[in-house]
Amino acid sequence: MQSITVAGVRKSFGEVKALRGVDLEVQKGTILGLLGPNGAGKTTLIRALATLLLPDEGSLYVEGYDAVKEPDAVRRLIGLTGQYAAVDEQLTGRENLVMVGRLYHMDIDAARVRAQELLEKFDLADAADRTLKTYSGGMRRRIDLAASLVNRPPVLFLDEPTIGLDPLSRRGLWGIIHELVTDGTTVLLTTQYLEEADYLSNNIVVIDRGVVIARGTPQELKTRAGGDVLEVRLSRPEQAIQAQAALTSLGDASITAPGVLVLPLPGNGKALPHAIRALDGANVGIEEFELRHPTLDEAFLHLTNRIV
Amino acid sequence: MKNAQAFSSQISDLLVMVERNLLRYVRLPQLLVFSTIQPIMFLLLFTYVFGGAILTQYASYIDFLLPGILVQSVLFGALQTGAGLVEDLNKGLVDRFRSLPMARGAVLGGRTLADMMRNIFVILLMISVGYMIGFRAHEGFWNALTAFTLLLYLGFAFSWVSAAIGMLTRTVEAAQVAGFIWVFPLVFTSSIFVPVNTMPDWLQFFARINPVTVTADSIRMLLLGSPDSAELASKFIAAFVWIAILLVVFVPLAVRLYRRSS
Repeated sequence: MQSITVAGVRKSFGEVKALRGVDLEVQKGTILGLLGPNGAGKTTLIRALATLLLPDEGSLYVEGYDAVKEPDAVRRLIGLTGQYAAVDEQLTGRENLVMVGRLYHMDIDAARVRAQELLEKFDLADAADRTLKTYSGGMRRRIDLAASLVNRPPVLFLDEPTIGLDPLSRRGLWGIIHELVTDGTTVLLTTQYLEEADYLSNNIVVIDRGVVIARGTPQELKTRAGGDVLEVRLSRPEQAIQAQAALTSLGDASITAPGVLVLPLPGNGKALPHAIRALDGANVGIEEFELRHPTLDEAFLHLTNRIV
Repeated sequence: MKNAQAFSSQISDLLVMVERNLLRYVRLPQLLVFSTIQPIMFLLLFTYVFGGAILTQYASYIDFLLPGILVQSVLFGALQTGAGLVEDLNKGLVDRFRSLPMARGAVLGGRTLADMMRNIFVILLMISVGYMIGFRAHEGFWNALTAFTLLLYLGFAFSWVSAAIGMLTRTVEAAQVAGFIWVFPLVFTSSIFVPVNTMPDWLQFFARINPVTVTADSIRMLLLGSPDSAELASKFIAAFVWIAILLVVFVPLAVRLYRRSS
């Protein structure tokens, strides 16, 4: 059963073609991670689905409603958390949530009860009556997400929800998102953090320059990026160029950090001895080496043809 | 029945937005302080520095000046409407509102109505300061109330002008600069500080039809009396026509720009 269906969506801003024919589907009760570099069109797609902008072409359906023709019906079913915490800094956490509840036309008592529930769920009960100016970055994100959930929406759009958060707050937010999906919420999440997409998503769609360039489960995408990679840490970082030259017969090694080389090495490590011998022959000292599966980062860079 | 329900939820959206904007003035009293200090400074500056050099038909310059300064303060206050809306737009708050099933005009309407209520406070404060330095109205309560209402409507109409310009400019700084571009000519080529008949002929033409002049003159005559009631009537009607024109043009324009802003 599909919760979100996007077909042939195009959108230009003047000369800039933000979306050039995007199709995707999200099954009810799952998380789709929308991955892509800056300017790929992720936010534009989320904004079109959230009825904030009209596509030039194509159709967007949320729970069976047309986001273009029936925006109010869609608005009743969605929650949106954008890149900025879209809350009023001069109001308290509680006032913000009650305000949103009343804008969903809940009566004021129901809005207050719901606000209290959310404040407790998001661990903000102690800060409920402080203005948001005093909140930390993590608390702002939580209150923003709470504001998106006032109406218990079956569909949630999260546009880079953890950008700028420390690792602990990020983990906390992941836990909350995971719990929502367990309760049946459908989530469309954009992120630049591949680890986040890997951890949270059932499925991933990679977009670049306004088109879908890959889709599948996180595991499928990692496999598709090619076989294992060899990562070598040199004992003398200044030898990196020398090491790169020594490995040319085996492939293009890239320098990912000072003194660290990564070389794609398909074939289950059969070429590993050759690599070691080549480095040894060039008098390059090895401090550490590891044969491993590619990370989603490497898969992503491979898919978008970006050089490390 | 369904229409009645839709109407009552629109009113409810509007009230929620008014309340939110008024709460901001309570939480950020400096917004209120800045919108009153400036007109008070103008009032004192013109009364004590320039006032002695300006001849009007009134016995003391403060009588001539205060009604004008009241108009100036609602115009300057209107600039905050646009700047505040642009701030909401840039902070993503407007995205939140636009993704809710709420009345489309409520965000703008709530802001302009809240600013109108703020003006009640600003006008009362300005009149109090005026009284302290010698201003006296002597045409009775109803005339004063009429003058007060006219001022509030003028401020409301200019808040919508400011809202539309804010939606076009998109940054707080640009909204403020753009605001001064229309506010300054309106304020200074008017009868706020000096009688219009001291200006060169070509400027008098603009100054006489300026909505600021007709409003300031109406308020003067309402508060201080007028030997010519036909003149009061014509200025008063001109002021109302201006307010109506501004509202008819700028309310739909601002709402349309708000809907498109994305």
